[in-house]
Amino acid sequence: MERNHEKRKELELYLHIPFCVRKCNYCDFLSMPAEEEVRRHYVNCLLEEIMQRGESCREYHVSTVFFGGGTPSLLAGVQIAELMEAIRSSFWVDSDAEITIECNPGTLDRQKLLFYQNAGINRLSIGLQSASNRELQLLGRIHNCEQFLENYDLARKMGFENINVDLISALPGQKTEDWEYTLKKVLELRPEHISAYSLMVEEGTPFYETYGQDAECREQGGHPRELPEEETEQEMYLLTGQMLAEKGYRRYEISNYARPGRECRHNTGYWRGISYLGLGLGSSSLMDETRFSNTRNMEEYLGQCPGFKRENVTVLGKTQQMEEFMFLGLRMTEGISREEFQKKFQVEPEGIYGTALQKLCRENMLKQKEGRIYLTEQGILVSNYVLSQFLL
Amino acid sequence: MAAIDQSKIRNFCIIAHIDHGKSTLADRIIEKTGLLTSREMQAQVLDNMELERERGITIKAQTVRIVYQAKDKEEYIFNLIDTPGHVDFNYEVSRSLAACDGAILVVDAAQGIEAQTLANVYLALDHDLDVLPVINKIDLPSADPERVIEEIEDVIGLEAQEAPRISAKTGLNIEEVLEQIVEKIPAPGGSADNPLQALIFDSVYDSYKGVIVFCRLKEGRVKVGTTIQMMATGATADVVEVGYFGAGQFIPCDELSAGMVGYITASLKNVRDTQVGDTVTDANRPCSEPLPGYKKVNSMVYCGMYPADGAKYPDLRDALEKLQLNDAALQFEPETSIALGFGFRCGFLGLLHLEIIQERLEREYNLDLVTTAPGVIYKVHKTNGELIELTNPSNLPDPAEIDYMEEPVVSAEIMVTSEYIGAIMDLCQERRGTYISMEYMEETRALLKYELPLNEIIYDFFDALKSRSRGYASFDYEMKGYARSELVKLDILINKEEVDALSFIVHSGTAYERGRKMCEKLKEEIPRHLFEIPIQAAIGSKVIARETVKAMRKDVLAKCYGGDISRKRKLLEKQKEGKKRMRQIGNVEIPQKAFMSVLKLDDK
Repeated sequence: MERNHEKRKELELYLHIPFCVRKCNYCDFLSMPAEEEVRRHYVNCLLEEIMQRGESCREYHVSTVFFGGGTPSLLAGVQIAELMEAIRSSFWVDSDAEITIECNPGTLDRQKLLFYQNAGINRLSIGLQSASNRELQLLGRIHNCEQFLENYDLARKMGFENINVDLISALPGQKTEDWEYTLKKVLELRPEHISAYSLMVEEGTPFYETYGQDAECREQGGHPRELPEEETEQEMYLLTGQMLAEKGYRRYEISNYARPGRECRHNTGYWRGISYLGLGLGSSSLMDETRFSNTRNMEEYLGQCPGFKRENVTVLGKTQQMEEFMFLGLRMTEGISREEFQKKFQVEPEGIYGTALQKLCRENMLKQKEGRIYLTEQGILVSNYVLSQFLL
Repeated sequence: MAAIDQSKIRNFCIIAHIDHGKSTLADRIIEKTGLLTSREMQAQVLDNMELERERGITIKAQTVRIVYQAKDKEEYIFNLIDTPGHVDFNYEVSRSLAACDGAILVVDAAQGIEAQTLANVYLALDHDLDVLPVINKIDLPSADPERVIEEIEDVIGLEAQEAPRISAKTGLNIEEVLEQIVEKIPAPGGSADNPLQALIFDSVYDSYKGVIVFCRLKEGRVKVGTTIQMMATGATADVVEVGYFGAGQFIPCDELSAGMVGYITASLKNVRDTQVGDTVTDANRPCSEPLPGYKKVNSMVYCGMYPADGAKYPDLRDALEKLQLNDAALQFEPETSIALGFGFRCGFLGLLHLEIIQERLEREYNLDLVTTAPGVIYKVHKTNGELIELTNPSNLPDPAEIDYMEEPVVSAEIMVTSEYIGAIMDLCQERRGTYISMEYMEETRALLKYELPLNEIIYDFFDALKSRSRGYASFDYEMKGYARSELVKLDILINKEEVDALSFIVHSGTAYERGRKMCEKLKEEIPRHLFEIPIQAAIGSKVIARETVKAMRKDVLAKCYGGDISRKRKLLEKQKEGKKRMRQIGNVEIPQKAFMSVLKLDDK
């Protein structure tokens, strides 16, 4: 399709692949194991949805595409290629678009990577989570560290030159040294990007059964029995920033680190309020200051095809827009621009958040410099406390 | 409507120990007499308030008129007045009883007589009511009606051989109850030709009709246009409507006459003009003397109630006034707190009464409240001879000015099966009780009598009693008087600042323990801040306990996935919502429920 998009608005695409080999013990994302036939049926519906939604997005150009899951790499390589082809024929995809696929190291092979490459996918996000096989087992991952190393190496050799590695810290029983080991192992590979989240014990997961009480206890300032102490968790977080900085990575968002120019454009778009369209089961969208999502029920989704419906349609009022501008924007270490706020809302941030800004700056949670407002090191640690004060 | 034959009226109530099936029997009677079809029956028709249904208790007396076709082919009018069962609500029971001629005593066929059974029977006998015993729950495997009948005869001295043996739940033998109501409960006395003499036993405020007075006519008649006078307040008004009580609704009629139970609405402007217990008469033809009023009830438990949002202070006042209209036992007067701003010091009959009022204010009047720890009235004798009746701990004079203090003491009766006597005696001992006596009612059950300081039983005594006896103990109490006691004021300091709303008065012997538990509890309740917060309990300047709320260090952050920010927003909103229910004291934010936390010190 035509590449000229000077007058078009920017749009990001997210495709949800809700399948995995097996649910991990900590995972509460919308994902499930499924027969190959269900997966095929799903991909067909997704192809339909891409075409249907493409119709109404003629005035947009697509700057990023993200295959998320679940485990998108569980699909056959050709299925991903088909989806990409449908996207290219239905949307105006930029020639330099960032196109990412999430991969589980236990599901990759040369064939798949080749399909990805030929489909124009230029960024891999590999879920390693830990470099320790013992920890991987505890998490219920289907792969070991060796498989990861092998596939990572393969991808590099095939020419993938933008790779993210996903990691999780603060696992049950994990010591700071254990975490340091994982970081070291990963840094040896010099990936372009590292996401490092702390383990969140979510309701409805097997981990919740085992560690739910522990997590609750820690949250209230008590001493957990198996999860790391809050102090340890903080230590791990600070260590991450420090070790990665030494190797030339910059923390650009609370839990994301990248080598210069390798920040994930897709995710950054969420924090900056760029329009995005979610495709597939349970996916979320933001377009024309309106949020909506797809059904989270698989049968319903498959049944809707080809007449896909929008759910939870919320037109964002000015208040919500301002709230989101702040609590999403502040997740980035560069923070928000006062000028942008002023331009978008015709009012200075102080006009709306005077008290909160004053208080948070006094508490050394926020800092203002050169027209930007951003979280301090302390503010990053207790970001929920800070961000919640921007709800009006 | 044809004139009603006074000899065909039966005015009665049902009395029982809590959970013995009073409300279920009331429902069954209503159903059997066809006032409502069973399809229309919502379980427990008379428990009107949402709160009553939820808790399975009756709080407000409810009245309903039903028509019963007896076996003698005559139609009888039953006025059934349902009464509350909890010890806190004895005053409601007393008011309702005065409007009745008889009472059905429901006794559980398995549990037999309990402390409240006794208390309620004595109340009924005080009001000269004929008491008709009924044995309920005979469908239970553990039912032993013969033993219970014997017990009723031995302990209460009521003839009980003919008592209907029923299951209110299944509807078994309900007809027998209905027939015995006709046979054994006397028709009301009085004459319609005498001057009007009617007893107000309740009143409610309706935004359309104004004040609705519930009354029992002892003599005379009243109809639309009659000019009535309240004998105690002297207020007069013209009657706008009279009627009787359908199930959950008011049914207007032409006139009410002697022996009847019904309602009157009149051109009454001021809610205070109609006091429960007052006598209504005809202003143009007054009766010679008022009916004996009800026992005046006194508040025993006090606490501060504050609107969470200071601007809602007038709303809280209005709501309290409305509630007071038909809850004579609720008292309140304005007070201020450094921590909580403007509010009211409110007086209640007991802790359940307090909780009920609090919940009604929150639900029916949509108020968000902060409630302080409940306390009792202490008598403070000052060295200069002055006597202060202290309801708010903050007003305690300087210890140097205090000669001595007295606290209220109650006489408690506890009915317990023999295996738990030891456990219950331990409990009473822990609560500074003085043993009075123990009588065996039968081989396996005893009636323990203790004198207990009221402030030891207002928090959680009832719960402790139940848990230590596995639910087998029952309890009733009445005020005995005041006794001299070593009392101290325990202050709570949060981040070095004294919080007046958390101070309470406690016996010096238990002060240390209470202070320690209070600090522990507050530590749980107060969320972490950016800085460390010491919580201290102190008597005067001496700190007796300390806990610390650790500083907030690091949040655990979830991955914000595929642009689904709704979860993040929810999390932040929850955090913010929590803040709304906080009180700022110095630079510490304290959740509102922390002010009630002293209540739950003993639960394990």
